[in-house]
Amino acid sequence: MTVETKLSFNQEYIQAFSKERNEPGWMATLRSKALEMADSLEMPKPDKTKISNWNFTDFQHSYKEAAKIASLDELPEELKEYFDEDASMENLYIQRNQTAAYNSLAQKLQDKGVIFTDIFTAVREHSELVEKYYMNDAVAVDQNRLTALHAALMNGGVFVYVPKNVQVEEPLQAIFWQEDNSSALLNHVLVVAEEGSSLTYVENYISHNDTEENVANLVTEVFAHDNAQVAYGAVDNFAAGTTTYVNRRGVAKRDARIDWALGQMNDGNTVSENITYLMEDNSASEAKAVSVGRGKQTQNFTSSIRQFGKETDAYILQRGVMKGSASTIFNAIGKIEHGGTKSNSEQESRVLMLSEKSRGDANPILLIDEDDVTAGHAASVGRVDPLQMYYLMSRGLEREEAERLVIHGFLAPVVAQIPIESVRKQLTQVIERKVY
Amino acid sequence: MSGSVLEVKNLHVSIEDKEILKGVDLTIKGGEFHAVMGPNGTGKSTLASAIMGHPKYEITEGSITLDGEDVLEMEVDERARAGLFLAMQYPSEISGVTTSDFLRSAINAKREEGDEIPLMKFIKKLDKDLDYLDIDQNMATRYLNEGFSGGEKKRNEILQLMQLEPNIAILDEIDSGLDIDALKVVSKGINQMRSDNFGCLIITHYQRLLNYITPDFVHVMMQGRVVKSGGPELAKRLEAEGYEWIKEELGIEDEETAEQNA
Repeated sequence: MTVETKLSFNQEYIQAFSKERNEPGWMATLRSKALEMADSLEMPKPDKTKISNWNFTDFQHSYKEAAKIASLDELPEELKEYFDEDASMENLYIQRNQTAAYNSLAQKLQDKGVIFTDIFTAVREHSELVEKYYMNDAVAVDQNRLTALHAALMNGGVFVYVPKNVQVEEPLQAIFWQEDNSSALLNHVLVVAEEGSSLTYVENYISHNDTEENVANLVTEVFAHDNAQVAYGAVDNFAAGTTTYVNRRGVAKRDARIDWALGQMNDGNTVSENITYLMEDNSASEAKAVSVGRGKQTQNFTSSIRQFGKETDAYILQRGVMKGSASTIFNAIGKIEHGGTKSNSEQESRVLMLSEKSRGDANPILLIDEDDVTAGHAASVGRVDPLQMYYLMSRGLEREEAERLVIHGFLAPVVAQIPIESVRKQLTQVIERKVY
Repeated sequence: MSGSVLEVKNLHVSIEDKEILKGVDLTIKGGEFHAVMGPNGTGKSTLASAIMGHPKYEITEGSITLDGEDVLEMEVDERARAGLFLAMQYPSEISGVTTSDFLRSAINAKREEGDEIPLMKFIKKLDKDLDYLDIDQNMATRYLNEGFSGGEKKRNEILQLMQLEPNIAILDEIDSGLDIDALKVVSKGINQMRSDNFGCLIITHYQRLLNYITPDFVHVMMQGRVVKSGGPELAKRLEAEGYEWIKEELGIEDEETAEQNA
């Protein structure tokens, strides 16, 4: 079966959608131009994964506003596990379907000028600020058909802004809860850290459409200005029915740092790109990602750090566990551009295979256009070491428990980087559920 | 019942179709310390690995029982829960799993569900054993054996022995690569285990370990068999005179064998 490639959204629909949300003119124009482009642009081409039969373009976009969440007590238990109920009542954003249903930010942060609000409010109330960053230097509208479609139909997301020299100590947390199985999520997360500021942001994507087909087309853009530090954690947990394209990009200026810790736990087919641009001298990034593939899902993960500045430092770490007949490609791409002298690019990708039928591939790629640099890579695809199993079982652990320990240990270097404890625990539980 | 009985009878073991053990008989009871000695490549470590159930070793003949139960029918973990323990010559490194998390899982594996060891009790005993073995407290939070020195790995094996309190322990060349101070500490740990409920099989290449741990029985292995057994005095004579006299006495001729360590 091939998917109908003609898009089913027209300009009138998009303009009405924009108007309903009182969007400023630039946003309406951007949407309109993006839709124009979408028809002619090509689909993304993830290395070694064929996505021509995946449905990214045929979905339901219209939706009803969901109810606000008056009190966190009314949330389902499963959702409560995602946050520390005592600690992060503040600095929490919950998006129910496409509706900003709960939003809080500590008064002291508001007083310092920190913004943490849904994307529609941000577009209205901080129009110039958002316009400056929105789909310009990180993810371009015309990067491919899906980014254009995202720009045209963006229907949710969050804006984080930290002013110059403000340190946000407590993590900011966003939960994107797809309670409704039918309408697509085109979510946009925009994070801007001004000079000398720092913040930690963690997000969760959750859906339950095990059988109903749906689409998620997500874009994240992170900007770290001179000497700013951004720690970005995510746990993606879309159900098997969702086909996901997620594009997370960062731009780091002089002495800035962007660290990613991504728990990529979707049950459906997924293409994930995580690209960081180290634009100026002495900037740094760690991109850590972990994934568990199961069932028949096919996934393609790319982690890439491009180094333009001098003395930049990049480290990519990917860990994957494959079971069932899941198939996953891990691409790690370190690129040092001409002029990036004395930079360092390191990467490590490891895949653990738990079943005969699963397929996993780790592609280490180093592209270096400069002489005076250091770089290194390691990649492996293998099974659980029988001698490790023997050792653990010789202490009385049952086979399943021993394997569980080995897998947890294998994924620990990434899981440990997830910033909020409750999210870390929750990720551990998801891993547990996916592995057994 | 005081103490377990491990009985090895006419044990034949092969690795990759090569026969290493050619009929070993050995009985270890609670309260007894046995030493198995012998030149390199005579099957000492193979005996240890075969009793624990190493995946590479194939039992072609004979039997192993623990208190009458057929050990060869048990999975590796069942053997452990039945009371066997092997301090390994080359313990695996388990990245991402801390020594203390692992120990607690292992202790709880032997206990009934709902009867897990209370956390405080576990920590107290762990601290005590770490102190006793002169191990830095931070080993508890380090990943199991990862980046450990040879000596640290051996101490960690004895730490596990003390924590898990098996009925029968096999120590496979626990003394190899240890300096004299570490050897004393490790011996101290093993001696502390001595009781009517604890039997021990010490596999060693050198007599020097037996200066610190006095065995009740000494067995000499050659060419895949136990060729001579005696008391502690046998170890002393081996130290003084080597193995040649046994070969002469028993008419054993040298042959090429390779110790399979795993």
